[in-house]
Order: sequence, then structure tokens, then C-alpha cells
Amino acid sequence: MKRITIDAVTRIEGHAKIDIQLDDKGRVAGATLHVTQVRGFEKFTEGRPFYEMPSITARICGICPVSHLLASCKACDAIMSVRIPDTAVKLRELLHCGQFVQSHALSFFHLSSPDLLLGFDSDPAHRNVLGVLEKHPDIARDGIALRKFGQQVIEGLAKERIHPSWTVPGGVNAPLDPAVRDRILAGLPDAKAIAHRTLEFFKGVVDQFKEEISFFGNAPSMYAGLVDASGSLQLYNGQIRFRDAEGKIIADQIPAQDYSLFIGEVTLPTSYLKAPYYKPDGFPKGVYRVGPLARLNVADRCGTPEADAELAEFHQRFGQVVQSAFHYHYARLIEALYGLERIEAILNDPAILDEHVRAHAGVNSLEGVGMIEAPRGILIHHYKVDETGAMKWANLIVATGHNNLAIGRSIEQVSRHFVDGKHLKEGMLNRVSAVVRAYDPCFSCSTHAAGQIPMEIQLLAADGTLLDTLRG
Amino acid sequence: MKKAKLATLWLDGCSGCHMSFLDIDEAIAAVAQKVDIVYGPLVDAQSFPEDVDVTIVEGAVSNQHDLEQIKQVRQHTRLLVALGDCATTSNVPAMRNPIPVKKLLERVYVEGSDDHARVPTDGVPQLLKHAVPVHEVVKVDLHVPGCPPSASAIGFVLGELLEGRMPDLKSKVKFG
Repeated sequence: MKRITIDAVTRIEGHAKIDIQLDDKGRVAGATLHVTQVRGFEKFTEGRPFYEMPSITARICGICPVSHLLASCKACDAIMSVRIPDTAVKLRELLHCGQFVQSHALSFFHLSSPDLLLGFDSDPAHRNVLGVLEKHPDIARDGIALRKFGQQVIEGLAKERIHPSWTVPGGVNAPLDPAVRDRILAGLPDAKAIAHRTLEFFKGVVDQFKEEISFFGNAPSMYAGLVDASGSLQLYNGQIRFRDAEGKIIADQIPAQDYSLFIGEVTLPTSYLKAPYYKPDGFPKGVYRVGPLARLNVADRCGTPEADAELAEFHQRFGQVVQSAFHYHYARLIEALYGLERIEAILNDPAILDEHVRAHAGVNSLEGVGMIEAPRGILIHHYKVDETGAMKWANLIVATGHNNLAIGRSIEQVSRHFVDGKHLKEGMLNRVSAVVRAYDPCFSCSTHAAGQIPMEIQLLAADGTLLDTLRG
Repeated sequence: MKKAKLATLWLDGCSGCHMSFLDIDEAIAAVAQKVDIVYGPLVDAQSFPEDVDVTIVEGAVSNQHDLEQIKQVRQHTRLLVALGDCATTSNVPAMRNPIPVKKLLERVYVEGSDDHARVPTDGVPQLLKHAVPVHEVVKVDLHVPGCPPSASAIGFVLGELLEGRMPDLKSKVKFG
């Protein structure tokens, strides 16, 4: 049996490789995703004061540090048993929306648009954001500007774009400066125009990718996402809803502290990324997906007018439950627009300038769970502390983890359809990487716990010994 | 004008240094005029090229794969820049260093598993005993500390290196 190894999946956030196994006739027999990094935050944080957890766990990820800051702060709020001031809730959501905009822009423009604009089969030497800048400068500049806007929201509120220390257990450490509010509001029309322009562009080209749409992880699964009490999309304060592939709600309004009744985790022998599953269905039947596509499948509505108009069109074109992972891209763009609308709504609330933004307390509970929607899906931080507030135990369930099983299945589907072991071309392997990119996984996040596609084919004997290596 | 060859490498870090590089925003277009990014998580290079002018490395050296990669990269790059606190001091990845690797992995994959508990070994690189800074395993030509270093510091470093000068980082960077 032969094996193709994509040794480092490129244009993704983290470290992963893919093994594709071929049979004697060169047909794909199976595919395995290996996530190759582990850091062990759950273990090495033992003994640290709980209030250090936000700044330590932010270092899980430089793309969505705000997600970890917020989930961690919410777990700390629970340990302090405080209800944080309403304005602090709004400010945290505002910060979070800034992050959604920058992270979704990064995923779409910087990482995935080279495939869509230059082509899956185009020259890999130029199939990157600089290549887009050269061939489609207007779109690349839009991407840079939209990401910058999101980062500026974060910088305006929190003083730093990456790993800021503004969010704290109990709230945030400084109120909003009216000048910052005005500056963000002034930039909003341009940012919204980019979001609309990009949606129009994407809707115009999406039909060119019929084959990719059909085989990019186009398989039924359950979906999970956070919603508010009315079933609308919620990024900061929602509770978990599971919807099945037919669109039926199978569990709803699950609060953070009950997550472990519904979500279990298994270890895979081939990966440093554990695989969560829907506990009532067991493993491996309980596979579900999270992230932009899942959120839009799960929620009844976004709750903002422009995103809701886009959502209606999305469902009208692709069905009430949209299954193809290719449409993560589309869903991501709708959510970027939603994030911008939320930023506008929150900033126009006069209460946002209130100076009461932090609650103070000590340890009032020995356990706390914080849960939010990170850009890539549900993020859960679960801490246990002793009476002095020293960490005794932590569990972190990170967005990409939930998608682990689904990404594995999607890779297999894409490989079986596009990869021909007898007539191997780079573009075939790029499609396998591209389905991973569609999920926008953050393997940096997910393994709290790089750029090459060497066309290396290993010829293995039946017992697994290496007979020959061919380089393409 | 012949463009310089720039590579970026992401070892055991959070990608925050790469994000801070992207935070130079529009200036990336000016950088693109002067360099080709020939390797790294932002591009699709087939393998690490032979003669790279500058490689910027983020993250500590934590596993066997990191170690092999950084040695190979050092051989094929003229100037190696350690970007950020993890590459410079091993920082957060080194917080695991007092804990035996076996204990760490068992906590995550055996205790932390509802089913199929076992430590992954198939197709994943072994962790080194300690996460170490880059300069502990290969020669580093320039250290740029920060968690992450600011976009302006990164822009300054690139600009100076492209002009053929070794950047003077006094007062431009700090740890943390």
C-alpha cells in the first residue's frame, strides 16, 4: 500500500499533517489527520492563582486571544460568583465582535481567498495573500482593511491588539473612552461596505465551485452553537443548542455548567487533538460540527437586519440545513457583517460609556465554567480552585476540537473524490488542504494541549515498513 | 531589482507573532514589493528552499519535529531572527518544563478522556523533555522580544534588514 503525506497543511492556523492511504490500484483507501502540537495548559496551570488564567490562556492563541480571555474571565466570574456590570458585558461583547471581524477576515482573505481567486490548481509559489495582492489588489486591500478595522476595535478598547490585559475577572479594567467610540463609529461605514462587497463577490463566484461544494465535507452531521432564549445567534452570552442533520432541535438551552452532560471527549491514537462527541449518542456516532456554518444552521436568526437578509438568501439557495463545509466561507462572511452590525448597535447604546465596569470579589465558589462562541465555535474553560484561589484542575474544550471528527471525515471525502494516486497533481493535494482551511481550524488553540506540501509518496510494505520514497 | 527571500517559521507558539507581523496592515504591500515570502504558514511552498535571506522564527523548540526543522532551516538561511518571547526565552511553552512529559501527556489524554484513553503516538512527534529557546539549539542572529513584539518593531526590523543593516532595537522592544 502507498501513502501520500501532506507533511504540513499550509495556510491554516497551527500544525497538522495528513496521511492519505492508497490501495494497489492507486485509489484512496483512507485518510488521517494528525495534529502535531501539544502544550499541556491543563496541567501546567495547576497551582497558579485563578486570576492569572486569562493572561496565561490568551497565549493559547494569537489569532483569537480575546476568545480565551473572555471564556477565562467568565470562568473566573463564576468562581467569584459575581454578576458583572451590564456595561462590562456590553464592552466584552464589543471586543469580541472586533475579534470576529478580524479573525473572519484573516480566514477568508489571507488564508482561503488565494484558492478561490487564483485557483486550486494555480502555481503554489504565488497562491498566497501576496499573490492575491498582485492579481486582485482591490480584494486584497479590502481584506487587509477589514482585518485592520477589527484589530483597531480591539486596540481602541483594550490598548493592545494581541494579548491585551483589559478584560479581567469581574469585568474590564477601564471604561470606554468616548473618543474611541467615535473613532470606531467613523470607520464602520467603510467596514460594512467591504463586508457587503465581499458577500456580493462570493455569491457571484460560488457557483463556479459546484464540484468542491459537492465533495468538501458535504455530509450530514449534527450542529452545535450558542443561542439566546429566543433562539437568535449569540456570541458572548448564549447557551448550547444541538440541531440534527434534518433540522430538528435535539437539545437546547444547555448552560455552561452542564456542558459535560452533553459533550464527551475521546483521545485519538493518531493526533494530539482530542475529539469531542455528543454524549447521548456516544462515540463515534455523536459527531457534530461547530463554527460559522454550524451557528447559522443552529440559530433561528442572527437578530440584526442586514445579516438576517443575507441569512435568508443563504438558506434559500442552499437549504434550511446547509451541509457542505465549503459554505463555512459563506457563513463566515455573513457573520462578519453581523459582527459589524453588533458593534454599531452596542456603540450607539448610551449606557456603553458608563464608568461602572468591574465587580470585585474573592473566591466564593470552588468551581467555574466559562463558555462563549469563539470565531471557530464553542469555547469552554472549566476551572476548579482551592479556598485560596489556587488552580487545582482545568479543562479546556476548544472550538477546533469539536470539529475534529468532522474534519477527518471531510478529508477522506475530498481525498476519495479528487486524489488519483496514479496521476498525482499538486492541485489535488491542495484541495485536501483546502477543505481543512474551510473549517478555519485553529490547531494552535486546539492543542493547548506550517508551509509545505511536499509531494512525498511513501511506498510501504504490507507490514508498514518503508520500501521507497518518491518526491514529486 | 531582485527580491529578497523571506521565510517565516512557526514552532511552539500561539501565532501571535505572525499576527503582529500582519498588523503592519497596508505596509504588507510595500514589503511585497521587496521580498518574496518563500516559506511559512502564510504560503504554500513545497519545502524549505536552499538559499533564504532571512527567516523569522516564532515559538519555542518543543518537539522532535521542531528540532529537526530548525536545524534544517538554519542550514539554509543567512539570517535567523528569533521573533517574540517564546523563540527568545521559551516563555509560556516552557511552563511545562518542571513536569515530566509522561505525566503531562497522561493528564491530558488519559485522565482528560471520557473514552479511548491513551497517549497518542501514531504519526505525532515526540515532545522533548523541555521546551527550549531557539538559541539553545542553533545560532540566532537577532532576538526581537515581546509577547508579541509590536507591529512597528517588526516593520522596523524587516526594513533595516532589507536595507542591509542590523537593526538597533534599543527602546523599540520589551519582554512581555
